[in-house]
Amino acid sequence: MREPLINRDRVFEFLIEPPTREELVNTAGGVILYLEDITVSFDGFRALNGLTLYINTGELRCIIGPNGAGKTTLMDVITGKTRPDSGTAFFGQRVDLLRMSEPQIASVGIGRKFQKPTVFEQHTIHTNLELAMEADKRVWPTLFHKLTGAQRDRIDEVLDLIGLKDLARERAGALSHGQKQWLEIGILLMQNPLLLLVDEPVAGMTQQETEATAALLNRLAGDHSVVVVEHDMEFVRSIARQVTVLHEGAVLAEGAFDDIQNNDRVREVYLGS
Amino acid sequence: MILNTLMKSEFLDRGGKVLLLVLLVMLITVPAANLLIPADSFFHVSTYTVTLLGKYLCYALLAISLDLVWGYCGILSLGHGAFFALGGYAMGMYLMRQIGTRGVYGHPELPDFMVFLNWEELPWYWYGFDQFWLAMLMVMLVPGVLAFLFGWLAFRSRVSGVYLSIMTQALTYALMLAFFRNEMGFGGNNGLTDFKEILGASLQSDVTRVMLFVCSVAALALGYLVCRFIVTSKLGQVVTAVRDAESRTRFIGYRVERYQVWVFTVSAVIAGIAGALYVPQVGIINPSEFQPLNSIELVVWVALGGRATLYGAALGAGVVNYFKTVLTGALPEVWLFVLGALFVLVTTTLPKGLVGIRDQLRRSHA
Repeated sequence: MREPLINRDRVFEFLIEPPTREELVNTAGGVILYLEDITVSFDGFRALNGLTLYINTGELRCIIGPNGAGKTTLMDVITGKTRPDSGTAFFGQRVDLLRMSEPQIASVGIGRKFQKPTVFEQHTIHTNLELAMEADKRVWPTLFHKLTGAQRDRIDEVLDLIGLKDLARERAGALSHGQKQWLEIGILLMQNPLLLLVDEPVAGMTQQETEATAALLNRLAGDHSVVVVEHDMEFVRSIARQVTVLHEGAVLAEGAFDDIQNNDRVREVYLGS
Repeated sequence: MILNTLMKSEFLDRGGKVLLLVLLVMLITVPAANLLIPADSFFHVSTYTVTLLGKYLCYALLAISLDLVWGYCGILSLGHGAFFALGGYAMGMYLMRQIGTRGVYGHPELPDFMVFLNWEELPWYWYGFDQFWLAMLMVMLVPGVLAFLFGWLAFRSRVSGVYLSIMTQALTYALMLAFFRNEMGFGGNNGLTDFKEILGASLQSDVTRVMLFVCSVAALALGYLVCRFIVTSKLGQVVTAVRDAESRTRFIGYRVERYQVWVFTVSAVIAGIAGALYVPQVGIINPSEFQPLNSIELVVWVALGGRATLYGAALGAGVVNYFKTVLTGALPEVWLFVLGALFVLVTTTLPKGLVGIRDQLRRSHA
């Protein structure tokens, strides 16, 4: 123990309120995610190679890159699924993501949407959102949990946002592919995340669904910081303000969509002309 | 009145209501038909039948406990018989201590098998088992603590699926081998038997048998209601979510392993209670109760009745054991083939078990 046994500053510590999530994360610098010099190798293959990336508060960022560029590994590192060999990952200025488990990272305010929609198929849409809701998630409180009015309102609000209000009592398994993707975004929203990671949201969607998704993501930015990994260039063009191009595990280029499109190196490795 | 509100509430599904009604009818008619109707009447229910029904009820409770972990949590335990047997042993130890000087050797303190092994004094872990309350505490505590430790180790390291099943199977097998040893102090391969009385009432009397039956009905009803409360709570939704999409549940902030350990432990406690009620009715507990085969048969009951319904598990336990009683009486060598055939038939044609037949018929007509 480095701290002295009697610490005069902390005598009345029990009177001090624990820091709120926002205080804990502390985004005073205007940046919500700091990834610096991250390297991840699998059996000698470097999935991420000294990657450095900053995400600003409230921005909507698209990450693009050819297959194997390390996009999914990047998501895995941020959510605690993969531990990097070296580098640092901070959420806000204080929260060290590399020291935290997956559930801890989720509870501090990072939500991830998987590539393949995974919703709880056997549960109703309403229950899907209820489970994801910010609440005491320890075992005993969960056993005796009852929905309050405010929580119901919050669920309705999200149902509205993702456009599934009329289907609230349907089983999630009965939804179309696109609707499942929205439900999954709704699941993330229920946790009031500060940062949303969205993996290929429009893969397999119809044109109409894609447009609705673009509108949805644009509505979310501002209140939340959103990172989207996507292949579909049309879609990226329709939502992105800032684009980051990954190549061989590192950032190749970063900037507005038009600048990226005109960047020679990006054209070479990714846009293919 | 409580019953009335229960029946009207949305808390119970149809099958659950039927189960509770059947139990209520049994609770009233069986004791009456045994104690009040004279033995030569057609409507008389023999004490043998009462005990047999009591045994089925214990099996049903055990099946419900397995359905809780398997049906809802997706954890296929192939060693649930171990918790049942441990509960049974705790009860057996109490019953042994009640024999007193009426044993063959007439020793006031030591059970017969200890005198036979020339033991001088009671092993420490037999202390206090002459107290009913302590024995009942152990009935729940021993299976509960074992399940907690086992579950904590297994789920924390994210062991799941078939590996977990094999580990639970190994657990019950190891316990069987241990309990076979005389040095363990649980009567070796003979187990514990020759019980005389429970709470001062003779185990041979009709009234005691009926009381045990009544307790079994009550335990099954209560066990069902507790499990039903669990699976309809938010916790129940969480564990089924874990079953269907574990990593998603983890990502939305639930500590999945804690939920799994919790449900596994609760289930083991219920299995222990079932075992404790079973032992005084059948009059013996020995290491064969730990046989892996028993636990596998238990899985068959649940699969046959219908998983993730609770009442289906109770139905499956009743149906299979009724056939077992009839067939092992009439054609003993056929029984295992019938059991195997039943299992194959149900898994291939009735994925939702017996209780799913109605749904399946409706769907095929629609």
